Amino acid sequence: MNVLIVAALTLVGLAGTAVVAADMPERQAVTLSFFGLALTVLFMAFQAPDVALSQLGVGAAIVPLMVMLAIRTISQRPAREEEAGSGEDKASQEEVLPGRGGDPP
Amino acid sequence: MSRSARLVVFLIGAGCVAAMFAVAFFKMPAFGGSMHLYRDLAVPASVSHYTANVVASVNFDQRAIDTLGEETILVASVIGAAVLLRPAEEEAEMRPKAVGRTLEATKLAGYLLLPVTLLIGLDVVLHGQVTPGGGFQGGVILATGLHLLYVTGSYRALDRLRPLELFDTGEAVGAAAFAGVGIAGIVVAGNFLANIVPGGTFGQLLSAGTVPILNGAVGLEVGCGIVVLVAHFLQQDIIISAQAEQAKPGGSSEPQAGERVGTAERS
Amino acid sequence: MSVYPYFVAAWLMLVGGYGIVRSRNLVHAVVSLSVAQAGTYVLLLAVGYQRGALAPVFGSTTKPNKHVVDPVVQAMTLTDIVVSATVTALLLALAVQVNKRQGTPDPDELQALKG
Repeated sequence: MNVLIVAALTLVGLAGTAVVAADMPERQAVTLSFFGLALTVLFMAFQAPDVALSQLGVGAAIVPLMVMLAIRTISQRPAREEEAGSGEDKASQEEVLPGRGGDPP
Repeated sequence: MSRSARLVVFLIGAGCVAAMFAVAFFKMPAFGGSMHLYRDLAVPASVSHYTANVVASVNFDQRAIDTLGEETILVASVIGAAVLLRPAEEEAEMRPKAVGRTLEATKLAGYLLLPVTLLIGLDVVLHGQVTPGGGFQGGVILATGLHLLYVTGSYRALDRLRPLELFDTGEAVGAAAFAGVGIAGIVVAGNFLANIVPGGTFGQLLSAGTVPILNGAVGLEVGCGIVVLVAHFLQQDIIISAQAEQAKPGGSSEPQAGERVGTAERS
Repeated sequence: MSVYPYFVAAWLMLVGGYGIVRSRNLVHAVVSLSVAQAGTYVLLLAVGYQRGALAPVFGSTTKPNKHVVDPVVQAMTLTDIVVSATVTALLLALAVQVNKRQGTPDPDELQALKG
């Protein structure tokens, strides 16, 4: 078993632990991305370029991005109750569109 | 159950599982050994179908029905997430006001990398049968590339380039094309997902029969599916940011209002 | 040392489970689940590895031969990685929706789940 594999395995184990140990989900998005990269290196060392490519896109980019967006959505959500009352100035503040993802203005 | 009781139950369970793992691991063939029975069968089967990338051959030829199952899971979860994240009635969709806070260098990098990434994604999909890559990886790269536009700060441009209905359809078409190739296999050769297209030359772009076609179908499906997913998450985030922004001048007595304003500016 | 990779895989799975149990935030639980899932990738690829063998991709320089790592486990892992990303997205969407309905992302404060 060569040195690269041992090192990559150790890195993966430590990074995985760090992801779980990060109590604030905001930090977790970053450690998760690092964990994804560590797994990519390990898969390269395992002679699995196909898997590494897949892991690189998914584990280091897409999943951390979605985690980050979910965290932002959740941490801003409690504001909703308060601003429900101040609905009058809504129309003046921004355009309200009827459908989803519609046409450009 | 209280948190500490739950932890105790978990630790007992995890200890037992760890012990069983240890017993199993010491009886398994040692790491790095040379006995791989599946490998000995998969490699000749791949070569006989003119597929240079054995992994692609296993995925899209020898075990294509398994991949059909996997991509059905993919479609189902994308639909589920889209349903869960669709804006509620009261959250009529809002568009963020253009806030120019992106560094010029970041913008330039984003615009320069966008075509490069899309080309790499296409290349990875198309050469899946000869080099590492294929529909799954290429689709992810394509979807990631498109979202470089978000990094450049031009959500409007992204919105215009990304008619979601089209991507919804693209995902469905990709899934249907996979099944369609399978049914064509029944019609022509009597087997679902049989490799019916002529094999071509080993190691060339035109080789491996149906593998590149299925790769294309999966690439379309994965790419569109991930674009739809990220789009829905972005949409939620933007709705909330817009709400937070609009709550700010309304004089809300929220203690952490300042923090919310800070995050809202970035979208 | 020849079982070290297997133990790393088991460690990832167990530490992920620990994270889920200790979690105070549903997003944290989902991320911990994806760590546990990474354990299966490491285990599968470790089973298929062969010392000194090359990747199972042939070309003009590597003529087809049987001295390669196991492609079957690689094929399983690679589809699983992409599919698990979308399943993670589904779970995150559930977390967002729970937070929207219940006003908290903490699984311990969800009244409907109290047993």
